[in-house]
Amino acid sequence: MSPARRTALGLAATLLLAGIAAPLLPRWAGFLVTIAIAKALVALGLLLLMRTGLVSFGQGLYFAIGAYAAGVGADALEFTDAVPMVLLGAAAAGLVALVLGLLLARYRTIFFAMLSLAFSMILYGLLVQSSALGSTDGFNVAARTVFGLDVASPVGRFGVYGLAALVAFVGAVGIDRYLRSHLGRLAPAIRDNELRVEYMGASVRNVVHLHLVMAAVLAGAGGALTALAVGHVDPETAYWTTSGEFVFVAILSGTSSVAAPFAGALILELLRSFAYEHAPNTWQLVVGSVMLAVILFLPEGLWSVFRKRRRAAA
Amino acid sequence: MNTSRTALSRWSCALSLLLFASPVFAQAPAAAEQKPFKLGVVTFLSGAAAGPFGVPARNGAEVLVEALNGAKGPGAYAKKGLGGRPIELVFIDEAGGTTKQVSEYREIVQRQNVDAVIGYISSGDCLAVAPVAEELKKLTILFDCGTPRIFEDGSYKYLFRTTAPSTMDNVAAALYVTEMLPGARKIAGINQNYAWGQDSWADFEESMKVLRPATEVTTSQMPKLGAGQYGAEISALMAGRPDVIHSSFWGGDLDAFVLQAVPRGALKKSTAVLTCGETATHKLAGQIPDGTIIGARGPHGAYAPDIELNRWFRTIYQDRFVLSPNYPAYHMAQAILGLKTAYERAQGASAVAPSQDQVIAAFEGISFETPSGTIKMALGKGHQAIEETVYGRAKTVGGKLTFVNVKRYPAGKVNPPDGVKSADWIKTALKPGK
Amino acid sequence: MDTLVAVLVDGIIYASWLFIIAAGLTIVYGVMRILNMAHGSLYALGAYAAASLAGAWLRAGYAPMGSYAVLVLAALLVGVVVGPLVERGLLRFCYGRDEVVLVLVTYALFLILEDLIKLVWGVESYFVSEPYGLLGNVEFGPLSYPVYSAVMVVAAVVVGLALRWGIYGTRQGKLLVAVIHDREVSAALGINVNRIFLVTFALGTTLAALGGALTAPTVSVVPGMGVEVIVLAFAVVVIGGLGSMPGAAIGSLIVGLVRSSAVHWMPQVELFSIYLVMALVLAFRPRGLFVAVEARKI
Repeated sequence: MSPARRTALGLAATLLLAGIAAPLLPRWAGFLVTIAIAKALVALGLLLLMRTGLVSFGQGLYFAIGAYAAGVGADALEFTDAVPMVLLGAAAAGLVALVLGLLLARYRTIFFAMLSLAFSMILYGLLVQSSALGSTDGFNVAARTVFGLDVASPVGRFGVYGLAALVAFVGAVGIDRYLRSHLGRLAPAIRDNELRVEYMGASVRNVVHLHLVMAAVLAGAGGALTALAVGHVDPETAYWTTSGEFVFVAILSGTSSVAAPFAGALILELLRSFAYEHAPNTWQLVVGSVMLAVILFLPEGLWSVFRKRRRAAA
Repeated sequence: MNTSRTALSRWSCALSLLLFASPVFAQAPAAAEQKPFKLGVVTFLSGAAAGPFGVPARNGAEVLVEALNGAKGPGAYAKKGLGGRPIELVFIDEAGGTTKQVSEYREIVQRQNVDAVIGYISSGDCLAVAPVAEELKKLTILFDCGTPRIFEDGSYKYLFRTTAPSTMDNVAAALYVTEMLPGARKIAGINQNYAWGQDSWADFEESMKVLRPATEVTTSQMPKLGAGQYGAEISALMAGRPDVIHSSFWGGDLDAFVLQAVPRGALKKSTAVLTCGETATHKLAGQIPDGTIIGARGPHGAYAPDIELNRWFRTIYQDRFVLSPNYPAYHMAQAILGLKTAYERAQGASAVAPSQDQVIAAFEGISFETPSGTIKMALGKGHQAIEETVYGRAKTVGGKLTFVNVKRYPAGKVNPPDGVKSADWIKTALKPGK
Repeated sequence: MDTLVAVLVDGIIYASWLFIIAAGLTIVYGVMRILNMAHGSLYALGAYAAASLAGAWLRAGYAPMGSYAVLVLAALLVGVVVGPLVERGLLRFCYGRDEVVLVLVTYALFLILEDLIKLVWGVESYFVSEPYGLLGNVEFGPLSYPVYSAVMVVAAVVVGLALRWGIYGTRQGKLLVAVIHDREVSAALGINVNRIFLVTFALGTTLAALGGALTAPTVSVVPGMGVEVIVLAFAVVVIGGLGSMPGAAIGSLIVGLVRSSAVHWMPQVELFSIYLVMALVLAFRPRGLFVAVEARKI
């Protein structure tokens, strides 16, 4: 079996089981998993960028645009179903990246990180100033139906969860296949030596630009899903700490597999929730210490635990 | 084949994490008679809002619930806990943003099975939690957040707020200014650049313009929340030589502003109106110039009425924490006592615990006694409280801060009637002669 | 005209405050390649230490003028104790890792320090406002500035000159420059790179703490006070050029003046003016104002 098919099969199995298990999950866990998936989608985009040698400290920009587009667009275009809302969020974020990419694709290393951060903070400033969008209080977002199912119905209430699982499946398989395609294989080559890639006749800037847009589409979808799951958007989504958290998830998870961000995001969400409950006064201390431990003892990220098992078994 | 099997095991490993790690922690609810009433309490325990708001509120909840559980409450509150049932508190940190708060709300409601939730200082968190409370059908009492949008834009069954919206703080501030400073014409503002600061300034500016049409705004400064350095802003304020400087600053920002403005004489040449000033007065006693207009978002702290319930609350609070309770602590007491009143009214003479629906039915539209006087759930179809509000001017006497020219504004005068949006109400109802 | 003077004066005061903090951030990045997210927490730590020590000094009834020395002493104390503790206890295990991983290490450190500060000092606010008003005021038309603001400016100039002399005028400084240019070759030539790293991080910590200590009299020291400072200092350092000391100075001035112009003339853009400038500078000078493409500089 080719690695691409294996990943696809593995993800399909996960999705199927996730769908079956959804009603068995306690409802708070369903929410937590949805949020973890949404964050993992952003981290998946970061994985693509990191494979290309870029780290963005401004993914919050696309995440916020996705969330706000889902909310505002649904109002303006009178969408009541969650599916077009997510598509709209992803498309809006992709469009913004298409424009900003003209500039950003020229940047590397920390300067790329900082310029992305600057853009996301400008958006944050604009959102805070706009009282029509509720300033820092934000506004509520709600979809009445998911796939045409009423969200209040017994099946429909798992709709956003199912939608998130579906988007995650499409995103992960898509990125996995892409990374194994001709263009995708240029990513590590660009990271290692751009000059050689140019000599081979490929345009580094175009590839980077494409990856920026892909990462933005994933982040936009993640933002829209978060907005739907939470039922609320606010400018905090564009703040630098939000962007920082995505980088965190990406690095803690590791970049070796497209499944890594999903496992990493879920573990981080669970960790935070339990730290909140059991150490409400010192949860930052707990989260920070665990992060340090992972960085120091699992240099390849959390996913390397699974990899080691595999190597041991082979 | 070998590799694909191990790949499958890798997937199943991830899968088990994804799906089954979470329910393991779910706990079976214990059924027992007179089991404690589990009350989730959400306030800031970390970050900038913890010191001035979150922790005093948590302290207020702790001492009050302890006293109630010991059946030590005065007067109408003498019964143990809630109608004989002891109250068990579960504290959650409000820091971390709305996504985190919605997640934590679901967690305490669905996993920890709390019987009710009291919480939320940030208006953003209140707005985000409101629809979730309806979805999960859980009695939720907002205790401190100020935005009028919640019950003006929506209608809720499970959601209550036992504190008046912030509109009254700024309307009353404008009334007080027009009354106390007949010559004041030039106003300026310095408010934090987020919804609370923007709304506060908009309400104050609008009220002033209605009450005194000749009002002129010299500048409206909107520094970032938590900026800490206000040198340039203070210069810009002073340059316009305003008669009045309005500020809804709170916490560390308020302290920093006062500490930086006072040595430069900015608050001597102009009269400052600090709508949340009360939280700072405990520590800034020597700094605040005489004549500064101070608010407490209602009749709390130094403005609380001299009644038995207030004296009792102050005593139990001071016995434990030395400092006097500030307004967030009073707001917390309002929420807990409101819940107790509704619960015991729903229970009546019966020995059986009332259902949530019964408590909600009893809660709607009630009036109840608090350390801050009588609270009436008058707006939002009986879900939103109104209360009187108070302004006064600071006067330092022998190193201690006192308040003079204290003026009380009855609830009906500074809050819109039910069904009217506060923004529209300010434009019409405040017109002189009305 | 009055407004112009006010813009300049306010801008320079703000720039001085920023420079002290940004200088520490940029020197640590220049030498160690660590973009220290915990810099803001070290700033807060300096403020807490200063508030506690200077507060104790004043309550004990010693000469109020001595409190200025206590502020500086508090910063030094934080730099000498916490700096080496963090470098030896944590950072040295991460050298050689990717720059982004190091950013995350310091972010984790930031989370831990925020809670540790809370455990030590609680959530109550601390005050030492006396030194702020002690030196009297200067009048400028309708405006009045405390002389303490001038102390801040002088402190920034002294820090800048001392760093310049320390780096270019001493043997240790020359070793430092060698390490900045090429860590491996310097080690091969017998320079004790580990010791240079230790000293640099202690210096960076001291500067962060000094920024906090000198700010303490003008604010109430509260939890979370370091969070806002990090991004601001980042913006300064990125505008000036990462690792460049003159860049940090110019970056601080630009940010200070832009901010005070916004406050006086267009308060509604103040919130994002700094990031707008940062994006503009990077759009035309992708590596910041003061970084030559070929060499790493300090």
